[in-house]
Amino acid sequence: MTINNSLYYRTFQRDVYGMKMETKSTEYKTVVSDVLIIGAGGAGLRAAIEACDGGASVVIVSKSLLGKAHTVMAEGGIAASVADVDPKDNWEVHFSDTIREGVYMSDWRMVEILVKEAPKAVYELESYGALFDRTPDGKIMQRAFGAHTYKRLCHVGDKTGMELIRTLEDQVLHRDIKVMDELFITKIITKGNAVSGAFGLELRTGKFVVFQTKAIIMCSGGCGRLYKVTSNSWESTGDGVALAYNAGAVLRDMEMIQFHPTGMVYPPGVRGLLVTEGVRGEGGILLNSNGERFMLKYSPIKKELDARDVVARAIYAEIERGRGTKHGGVYLDISHMGAAFIHKKLPAMYTQFKEFAGVDITKEEMEVAPTVHYQMGGIRVDPESCKTNVKGLFAAGEVASGVHGANRLGGNSLADILVFGRRAGFSAAKYTKSAKHIYAVDEKAINEQIARVNSYASIKNPVNPYGLMERLRNAMSEHVGIIRDANGMQKALSTIKRIREKAGRVGVSGGLRFNPGLLVCLELDGMLIVAEAIIRSALERKESRGAHARSDFPKNNPNYAKNILCYKKNEEMELSMSPVPEMPDRLKKLVMT
Amino acid sequence: MDKVKISVFRQDPSVDKEGRYQDYEVPAEEGMVVLDAVHYIENNIDPTLSVRWNCKAARCGSCSAEINDFPRLMCKTRIDTLGSHIKVGPIRAYPLVKDLVTDVSHNFEIAKRIPAFKPKRGLKEPFTMNEMDVLRSQEFRKCIECFLCQDVCHVIREHTTNYVGPRHVVKVASLDMHPLDDLDRSGFLNSNAGLGYCNVTKCCQEVCPEHIKITDNAIIPEKERAVDGSYDPIFWLARKIKDTGRSKHEK
Repeated sequence: MTINNSLYYRTFQRDVYGMKMETKSTEYKTVVSDVLIIGAGGAGLRAAIEACDGGASVVIVSKSLLGKAHTVMAEGGIAASVADVDPKDNWEVHFSDTIREGVYMSDWRMVEILVKEAPKAVYELESYGALFDRTPDGKIMQRAFGAHTYKRLCHVGDKTGMELIRTLEDQVLHRDIKVMDELFITKIITKGNAVSGAFGLELRTGKFVVFQTKAIIMCSGGCGRLYKVTSNSWESTGDGVALAYNAGAVLRDMEMIQFHPTGMVYPPGVRGLLVTEGVRGEGGILLNSNGERFMLKYSPIKKELDARDVVARAIYAEIERGRGTKHGGVYLDISHMGAAFIHKKLPAMYTQFKEFAGVDITKEEMEVAPTVHYQMGGIRVDPESCKTNVKGLFAAGEVASGVHGANRLGGNSLADILVFGRRAGFSAAKYTKSAKHIYAVDEKAINEQIARVNSYASIKNPVNPYGLMERLRNAMSEHVGIIRDANGMQKALSTIKRIREKAGRVGVSGGLRFNPGLLVCLELDGMLIVAEAIIRSALERKESRGAHARSDFPKNNPNYAKNILCYKKNEEMELSMSPVPEMPDRLKKLVMT
Repeated sequence: MDKVKISVFRQDPSVDKEGRYQDYEVPAEEGMVVLDAVHYIENNIDPTLSVRWNCKAARCGSCSAEINDFPRLMCKTRIDTLGSHIKVGPIRAYPLVKDLVTDVSHNFEIAKRIPAFKPKRGLKEPFTMNEMDVLRSQEFRKCIECFLCQDVCHVIREHTTNYVGPRHVVKVASLDMHPLDDLDRSGFLNSNAGLGYCNVTKCCQEVCPEHIKITDNAIIPEKERAVDGSYDPIFWLARKIKDTGRSKHEK
């Protein structure tokens, strides 16, 4: 069957918008701006607003369409001690909860900033037009979540992230900010130790773009897609961490990968999809295949509502000991709460199981297993300004590190992207005022990138990039999962080495325009770097702490109350330990009491 | 293992003058959705097949397509609900980029024209709002911007008008029905956004994966407001008085 294109596809007159665009040659176009923001999730959009209001010209690029970033998947809410529901709540309690849950690995100053500024960030969203659920007296409704002392999560049903991203998107579209979505950045180009620009491929057109800029704010999110089973969406391949690493930035806490205890297990197509903590919060219980409520054994007091790492490990242990379901999970049951209750409190979970799995959760049990959820580590940043050790490079959100330490509290990530997104935008704009000179982008680096992208599209008898990516994911899931040991991780390292040897020969046909296979080729290099950083850091940490659990070192070791840093030196990955910054006494008191 | 037969639309407009449906065979898996089948083709048969997707959980609205000629999300449509013949093509209201991917960027141009949220004057922060008032606007905020309603809209598909389409009326309604918003955008809808061209066939409402009552709760109320505001003499007078009062106040 054939379709006449002209009949069916209408073409729209598209407006030319934004800043002046120069075309330097037929091979690439150059876009000049004060600030380039990579990633259009919550952090990127918030940073764009602040940088624009600070007087800088701003370009924001994103790998997916505008408004589709992984932030839309956030369910629970924004942790902020606005104390509308529990009047006893304040920033001090929020501080103590966050530091303790992070097993004393967080940068205290970042946590202090987060908890103090989160309420303001929530009110600011409201002034932009966001609509949170309300309490009976018209204030913002807050819900309870694991390891938060009080009801603290300001939310919009179970779609808080969606409201957040739409609200910020609106603000961005009504400002003089140039949005270039569906664009992949392949390299940050530096001059000396300062940012001079970046190179990118516009996916929709297959054209190259060179960005000439004074400052770059990295807001590209996490790396969940390094694993086979993850709650993360398509774009979370750790691109930003790898780009920054290659530009000379220092990474921190890369071994800290959060596993969410409850992801879907069946059918295979939705394996890993998140089942919100709210199910357990509303009374759901976990059962093994013998029908035993096993959390009574692992955590007699907090039971199902213990910290995420504890529950995830308990589920893992039950499955490992042969007490799992036939699809390799355990049962999560909330049917005893009654259909009316479930429809009211967990409508999205009801639909999710009904539509994808054909399971009626008001009558049947859900099958769940741990799923990779969040990267606590990332680029090391300065708490006040979000600047990195590379001049002109800033980072905020999941791609940055420091707030969450060894374990993240639910709801803190949405607060994180708003608070530090704003700070990164503000300081980048300020930086561009003092950095008068805008560097020319190195021609050699540009040509290298053009050659690199073209080689993927023109190589003869290429290796299938999807196959290599699958091997990487299998190795990470098998050997660098919830419970790790030196033996397995060494195996994963050698798998990475073997994949790297083949990665030089990956390629696809089909040209440069919207070619998903080509994108996989481009992502693969970065994914290998991030995977290596995770494994090496995890090997270095010879203890168990928070989300990082080792069967060969099952105990917490006070000698490792340090951050592991990871950086590039003479083209090789190097690691070092750095003591966690010491809290001032006024804050120590808060955590002790 | 059982096989699933699936026809997928293929065209690279820079090379092919016309598009075609190509048949593929994909191993069947329990609970499989259309996007799984498309991914199988992409990963194992032809890596050049272009498809846009993100969350695979019906949350982001990226993987809109026409499945057996009906606008649906690929990630949410189970193969076992489709019968023996499965046909997947791109949404046709937008220019084709390649295969299943279309250029929906026009929607962001429209979004820029919609007057943004403007809080009423003299409000104290933090705001207080009644839960019942908030619920009304929250229905429209469920929209995942999949643009399936735009795709099914015959005004957009078959006519050249200035009608912006259901998605954008929903957006306007979400702002107009915000309890603390100060603007009335029905005039904008009427004069700049072609709302009058919508003849209330309710197709958009039928395809919405979030089950938003687009026509009943957004389009019809906005049409009524537009008519009241523009043509009802009493409303016209009331608005005049309100506007005069406002400008005095602002001076």
